[in-house]
Amino acid sequence: MENETINSPGYDIPDDIKNNIAVTTIDRLYNWGRRSSVWPLMFGLACCAIEMIAAQTARYDMSRFGMEVMRPTPRQADMLLVSGTVTKKMLPSIVRLYNQMPEPKYVVAMGACASSGGPFKEGYNVVAGIDKFLPVDVYIPGCPPTPQALIAGLIKLQEKIDKQSIRTAPWYSKMKDPNYVPMPILGPDLIDVRRNAEIRDAAATKESA
Amino acid sequence: MAAPLTLTVNLVARFPNSVSADARPGYSGFIVTKESLTEVATAIRDEFGYDLLTAVIAVDYINENKMEVVYHAYKTTGGPGLVFKVQVERVDPIEVPSLVEIWAGADFQEREAWDLHGIKFIGHPDLRRILMWEGFDGHPLRKDWKEAFYEEDTKPFKSRWPDGQFYMAESKNPFKDNINFPKDFDPDTLIVDKEEDLYSSLERHSTKDDDGLKTDHIVVNMGPHHPSTHGVLRVALTLDGETIVGLKPVMGYLHRNHDKIGERNTYLQIIPYTDRLDYFNSMSNNFGYAITVEKLMKIAVAERAEYIRVIMAELTRIQNHLVFAGTLLNDLGAMYTPSIYAFEERELILDIFEEVSGARMMCNYFRFGGVVRDIPDHVMQKIKDLVFERLPAKTDEMERFLNENEILVARLKGVHVLSAEDAVRYSVTGPVLRAAGVPYDIRRADPYSVYDRFDFDVAVRYNCDMLDNYLIRFDEIRQSIRILEQAIKQIPQGPINSQKPAYQVRVPAGEAYGRVESPKGELGFYIISNGKPNPWRYHVRPASFVNMTALEKMCLGTKIADFIALLGMLDIVMGELDR
Repeated sequence: MENETINSPGYDIPDDIKNNIAVTTIDRLYNWGRRSSVWPLMFGLACCAIEMIAAQTARYDMSRFGMEVMRPTPRQADMLLVSGTVTKKMLPSIVRLYNQMPEPKYVVAMGACASSGGPFKEGYNVVAGIDKFLPVDVYIPGCPPTPQALIAGLIKLQEKIDKQSIRTAPWYSKMKDPNYVPMPILGPDLIDVRRNAEIRDAAATKESA
Repeated sequence: MAAPLTLTVNLVARFPNSVSADARPGYSGFIVTKESLTEVATAIRDEFGYDLLTAVIAVDYINENKMEVVYHAYKTTGGPGLVFKVQVERVDPIEVPSLVEIWAGADFQEREAWDLHGIKFIGHPDLRRILMWEGFDGHPLRKDWKEAFYEEDTKPFKSRWPDGQFYMAESKNPFKDNINFPKDFDPDTLIVDKEEDLYSSLERHSTKDDDGLKTDHIVVNMGPHHPSTHGVLRVALTLDGETIVGLKPVMGYLHRNHDKIGERNTYLQIIPYTDRLDYFNSMSNNFGYAITVEKLMKIAVAERAEYIRVIMAELTRIQNHLVFAGTLLNDLGAMYTPSIYAFEERELILDIFEEVSGARMMCNYFRFGGVVRDIPDHVMQKIKDLVFERLPAKTDEMERFLNENEILVARLKGVHVLSAEDAVRYSVTGPVLRAAGVPYDIRRADPYSVYDRFDFDVAVRYNCDMLDNYLIRFDEIRQSIRILEQAIKQIPQGPINSQKPAYQVRVPAGEAYGRVESPKGELGFYIISNGKPNPWRYHVRPASFVNMTALEKMCLGTKIADFIALLGMLDIVMGELDR
């Protein structure tokens, strides 16, 4: 956020003290701090992870946006960058990582696979998009997205952070763990435990092969 | 592909009752009876000298009611390979004798055949699923197994072509998602697999040391989310203090069903999928696939295109090895700085790929009979600048900064990786094999494309330790630069494709196994065509996956900190490992 926007709260400040004090709202200050230090989880899934690394190197340099501090542990991370194909075998681990991240937390689906399954959607071990399980904030198209596209997506995330308010933020509400996602189970196929009844009914009415 | 004639006589003459030549049109090799497989395989290794078993591939011939396992064996001294097959009736339980005792490198590939085709290998020491999880319903590469989003056997699907309708795949599946369950399945009564088979396969007991101190072995799971496992690999370890006493890699976390999707695709549609195998080296992957299909189609490649292919493949190798050095140093604790140096050069090479193919990483550049676009003059100039000026100097710079670094040498020197005998026994290929003292490089041993026209040395080192494994990558960069210099000087003018561009190619019935020396080792493609627009069987023999077979052998007895470096040394990439 530009300094001008922090210091233009809509109140009249006398000219002689304009350079000495800043009047702003708590939301703006708070969001400015958060959006300038979004720490991603050091977590790569597939091809897109390589472009994620490329975006960190000198040529594209994600640290210009305060995003260069990759954290290997989810406990210190703010953003889960789902960089690649989500397989059924991997999904329980991803959901666990997400649940372990402290609030506020964001999910960015990088690339076609994480957004929708992409070219591998028809595969028997592929989850058709991470948004079937986790709430996604930003989708970045591409296969893989170029580092420029990734950075554009992260700027979109910053814009989203700017619009949030402490008053309505779910992580300050009384709700316990507002974004908790129940762990999927690997059985004969991937089981989303939120859909157990639905699966049972469909399996009962299924024509036997 | 065909074995030399003298040998044909030999093997059938040696085993007249149990071996016959494969007489199907378009096929080659020998068919061995199931009962005598072990005996014949021992003779192939010991009497005929085929010491390197590279590929074990299962094929489902549902129409003939047969399952076939195809073995490809090569000599590490060079020359064409020997193909032998065993056929069994397609009635469960399908049983084939295991060859792990003869070639330890068959281990993971046999487990893959069990996982995806349901072939039981009798005598295999640890036959568990490898890519899917225990408890998964069915063996997905069988022809009668249908995935949840199944629409038709082959593409292009009638719903999309020629009328071009659109619907969500979810809408046609009873479970409204990419899932499929047996009839009357109830998720509430499911007993979830606790991976007891995996943990019981690890050695686990308590020991008493000389002072009478009792210690227990502990089990550690590294991955699938771990910063040094180079992707989503998981390794289950048992530790005695810091020493590794048991180790089992667990894979499949990036199993994207390459083989199954490939069987539905037309030949041309597979090329972009091969890009995503080893996503550092899409050009090498294209190369391997293209020469395999060309072998089946029996077409020649345009002369200029051959040189373009070599240039692209060698540039790929250089950037792969540079990034390898960067990530290895990351694993050793030199966080980021060497990688950033490596990625600087990589970006310049990717710029070239982007200008010729339109994409930085997923190039989709090769076509059957040539390549898709010519190299423009200004890009050729860029390549020349890189090859003659920048890359040699930058390689020197990397070596000057790193090779005599005290910490690096202390961490790597004398840490044993694999002896030559073990490397061959475990079917290890690529730089790891050459660092063990076996000068086996497919570009020289069984030349493809125009590699026989270039003057280069096969990089080889003899100490079998991690330092040699690291240094050999720089030797290979220098050899690649040598090849590039010659290719740039010799490249002729002319057309870049010997064929007319076509969406559908006619591929005659038959089988072909094509292999290239990818930066990670032998990358093989095995394709069976039955004359239709889609392959009947499409299998990738990935270098990373087979090299992983030796991981347990390499790591037992080493310290866990060295294990991280060893994993970096293998230079695995999960897209290729899990496919």
